[in-house]
Formats: sequence, structure tokens, C-alpha cells
Amino acid sequence: MADIATPAGAPASVPRKTVRPRGAALDPIFGFICGAAATALLSALALVLGSLLIGGMPAFQKAGLSFFTSTSWNPVTEVYGGAGPIIGTLITSALALILALPVAFCVAVFLTEFCPRVLRRPVGIAVELLAGVPSIVYGMWGLFVFAPAFAKWVELPLMTAAPSGSIWETIVSGVPNGSGILAASIILAIMILPYIAATLRELFLTVPPKVRESAYGVGCTPLEVVWSVTLPYVSRSAVGAVMLGLGRALGETMAVTFVIGNSHRLPQGIFDSGSTIASTIANEFAEATSPEHSAALVALGLVLFLITFIVLAIARALLGTERHKG
Amino acid sequence: MSGLLGRRARRSAANAAFIGACTLATIIAVGVLAAILVSLLHEGLGGLNAAVFTKSTPAPGSDGGLANAIVGSIMLCGVAMLIAVVVGILAGTWLAEYGRESAYAKLVRFVNDVLLSAPSILIGLFVWEIAVKPVGGFSGFAGSLALALLAAPVVTRTTEDVLKLQARQLRESGIALGTPMWITIRQILWKAASGGIVTGALLAFARISGETAPLLFTSLNNQFFSWNLTKPMASLPVVIFNYALSAYDDWRRLAWVGALLIAVAVLAINILVRALAQESRPSR
Repeated sequence: MADIATPAGAPASVPRKTVRPRGAALDPIFGFICGAAATALLSALALVLGSLLIGGMPAFQKAGLSFFTSTSWNPVTEVYGGAGPIIGTLITSALALILALPVAFCVAVFLTEFCPRVLRRPVGIAVELLAGVPSIVYGMWGLFVFAPAFAKWVELPLMTAAPSGSIWETIVSGVPNGSGILAASIILAIMILPYIAATLRELFLTVPPKVRESAYGVGCTPLEVVWSVTLPYVSRSAVGAVMLGLGRALGETMAVTFVIGNSHRLPQGIFDSGSTIASTIANEFAEATSPEHSAALVALGLVLFLITFIVLAIARALLGTERHKG
Repeated sequence: MSGLLGRRARRSAANAAFIGACTLATIIAVGVLAAILVSLLHEGLGGLNAAVFTKSTPAPGSDGGLANAIVGSIMLCGVAMLIAVVVGILAGTWLAEYGRESAYAKLVRFVNDVLLSAPSILIGLFVWEIAVKPVGGFSGFAGSLALALLAAPVVTRTTEDVLKLQARQLRESGIALGTPMWITIRQILWKAASGGIVTGALLAFARISGETAPLLFTSLNNQFFSWNLTKPMASLPVVIFNYALSAYDDWRRLAWVGALLIAVAVLAINILVRALAQESRPSR
């Protein structure tokens, strides 16, 4: 009690006649400090946007619209066209989402509907741990374990099986060394799978048991319950969860840098090497000596920021209504 | 009648296929985690010895360890957590106790959620613009600042969430005693919420300890042992990145050892968090 009544640093000159407790004078100061911390976070995001804008402006001014359309990226001749990395980012993220979404959905359904009680906790934790593995570990695993196996068991057979002159040959063209657009997308898919699965699972658990039980009661199979009751019930938030996963895939750096092959031209096929915005920045920024090169990389960063910001804003808007309910 | 039976058979077949697909998907997901752990142990355990913790990163061909990178990582993350915990707890407290549902609080909450999943490499770019470019050199402080920016939103979010879970009566009891609000928050609410806040801080720590991208051009790397935060500083993730992509076998082996150390540390923190959460749940 004494501790509460005489806090350290309380001003000694509190007027005696008012009955305000000692230390009350510090109230506005504490509130102000807390507000300042909150404002610091707000201004951090504004500063990130501002610094990327200022830093990237020279590149936009110099290249104009061709920054988005040209695929030639050459630090030696100081020509910077960002179409390769920008399209690479969009393609790998989209492929990763297509690959991860069905698996994540099935995992979430398995954990909420079919999983034996004994396994529910360990499997749930294992999936969440998968989300905790640092991306550099995924990258190393992708480069040294996944890529060689992928080249041997997937790329080579597919490339030899593709009839020459067909559309298949174009799609699977590239160097069968295990790194490339599809390999990066698969590693990305593995990374975002646990995020999507964990969020979907939490959403499925918010469905009132009565609603599901009544569906079972009229004779629905588990498939029909999930498809026509559970999923519509959480659809809005589920889209938000998927967008959150997409946001992660767009900005993921290390795992992609290891396995995408890092070339700036437009990828010709799914096994061809490419680059993403994040991998380009990671590879070149520390070595960029000319101001033009740095500016071009910062400009790419700004593009990435805007893409992810839009995706995340949509995700949060969709998820937001659910979050403060519970 | 046969049509009805046929439909029934179709429905149960579809359902069986669905159950099969779900089981298979889970086996794949858990299998991947197992595969990653197995290759980490397989490649990393062999290189694990005392020298890893006592010697600094070697030149190719000579032997050495990861001591400078381990110490560097701990220092970078330590300073970052110091900043992040202070800012995060204060900001979370403001959101839960002062701002609440005001328009400004909603904006801050939204921005915090965006920062929570913002690409870490962009945070690195930003810190390079404000703390490396003007100063004219890479530094450990810049790396810590980048990591702090990634950790603070996590702490803010969990602090706000656990404070909101605290009973209204706790606040009322403070008011009833005539206690100023800041003392109520400090002595009653933070104490009651301490378990959750610690959990949030641990999660933030787990997140930043494996982060590579924001360090690449802020703290850069340092081949030698250094305590100096104003100079470039080695960190485990950056060393792993550089060594894994190198052409030397002994460097690659060290990269695997580093990856094993980081993965074990991060997984251990995650499991610890779960154990803490499990322990505190029944009491509520």
C-alpha cells in the first residue's frame, strides 16, 4: 500500500488542500508517453512510405513508365527496367497461393473435423511450428535438399516427356538445375501453408457447434457440412486469411533468394530462373555502388510496399470484423 | 430406388475422397516439417563442436566457428527487444486503456496490423535510408533498429489483447482506492497481464532471431569478433546466407550448423510459449 501511496518521483509540491492523490499530476504525462509510443508506430509506417518515395523517385523520373514495362536491368549501363522482378513476384506468389490453399484448407478441415482427439494437439502444434521456422532455414533446405530432388524427380522427367513443339515444351522450358520459378513457388507455398492453415482452423472453430450439428442432423456428410455450412459461415474472414498468406508470400525474401535462380529477364517457363522484388533487393542492395542502382532498388521496394499494403489492407478489413468479436 | 441408392453411394464416395485428401494434406504438412528437421540434424549435428561456440568465422580452408555471429545475433536481438518491449508495451497500453475505440486508436491499430506483416526487407531498406546512408556506414545499431521495428508491433498487439482480457473490476478497484490511473496501470493491470506480455515478447524474439533480410544492409556482416554496435556486426542469419551460397565445403558445413542452432532456438522458444500459455490457462 505504501508503495502505491508514495510512488517514486511524485512531486512534493502537491497542494495539500485538494484531495487529489499523490502522483496524480503524473497521469497526463504517462498518458502522453503511451500516446507517443502509439504515434511512433504510426509515424514509422508513414516514414517507411516517405523514405521509399524519396529514395526511389530518381529512378522513376529517369526511367518513367518504362520502369514498369522494360525487362532490361543492367547496373553496368545504368538501365533499370523492373518488369522482370515485378512480374516474378506476382507469378511466384500466385503460384504459391494456388499450391498452398487447397492443402492448407484440407489441413484445417482435418484438424477440426476428422483428427483423432489424441493427435489433435500434437498435429496442430506441428503445423504451427512449421510457421515458426525462420525463412533462411527454408531457403537452405530448398537449395540443398529440395532443389536437387526436384531437378531429378520432377524437372528432368517432365522436360523429357514433353513432346517437342507442343505448348508443354514451352511451359516446362528452362535449365533443369532445381532452381527456378516453380521451385521458389513450392518453397513459398510450404512457408505460407501453416499460416493459412492455422488461421482457417481458428475460424472453423468459431462456427457454433449447434449450426454444424443441425447440418449433421439432417443427414449431411462431413464434406457437405464443411462445404455448405462451415465455409459459408466464415467465408469473409477466410478470404482475409488467404490474403494474409498472400501478403507474406509477396514480401518473403530469403527462401526465394536461395531457389529462384536470380535472373532479371522475364521467365520463359516454370522451370526457368527469375527473380522477385525482394530477392533482387537482397542480392544487390549491399553491393550497389552507384546512386542510380540504389534508387532503382528502392523504387522496386516502393512497388512491393504498395502491392503488399493493398493486399494487407484488404486482408485486415475482411478479418477485422471477426477479431474484436471474441 | 436405385437412383436414390446411386446418389447415396456418390455422396459417400465423395466424402471418403474428401477425408482421404484432408488426411493426405496433413501428412504432407507434417512430413515437410519432419523432412526439414531431419536434414537440419543430419547436416548440422556433424559439424557441431566446441569450436563453433569459441572461435570466430574462418577464412575458407581454415577452421573456425560461429562465436562472433552468435554473440552478434544475441546483441542485435537484445538491443532490439529492449526498444521493442518499451515501445510495444506503452503503445499497447495506450490502445487498450486510453485510445480504445477512438478513430485515432483504430488508425493506429490498423497501421500496427500492417506493420505486423510488412515485408521485412522493406524495413531494412527504410532503416538503411535513415540510419546507414546519412551516417555513412553500416552499424549494429541500424540492425537493431530494423529488428525493433519488426518486434514492436508483435508486442503492441499482444499487450493490447491481454490488457483487454483483464476484468473491469481490476480497474474499478484502482479507482476506488483513489489511485491515479498510471499507478493503476503499472501496479495492477501490468502485473495481472504480465504472463501474456511475456508471451508476446517471447514470440517477438522468436520472430526476429531468424530474420535475415533486414540485416543484410543495416548491420551487414563482420568476419571478426566485435562488441562495438557502431560498427558492422556479424549475425547468425547473415553468416548462414553468405556461407550457404559460397563455394567452400567447410563454409557450407558451418552454415548448416548455424541453421540448426537458429531453428532449435526458435522452435524451443515457440514450445516454451505454448507451455507457458497452457500453464496460465486453467487459472483464468
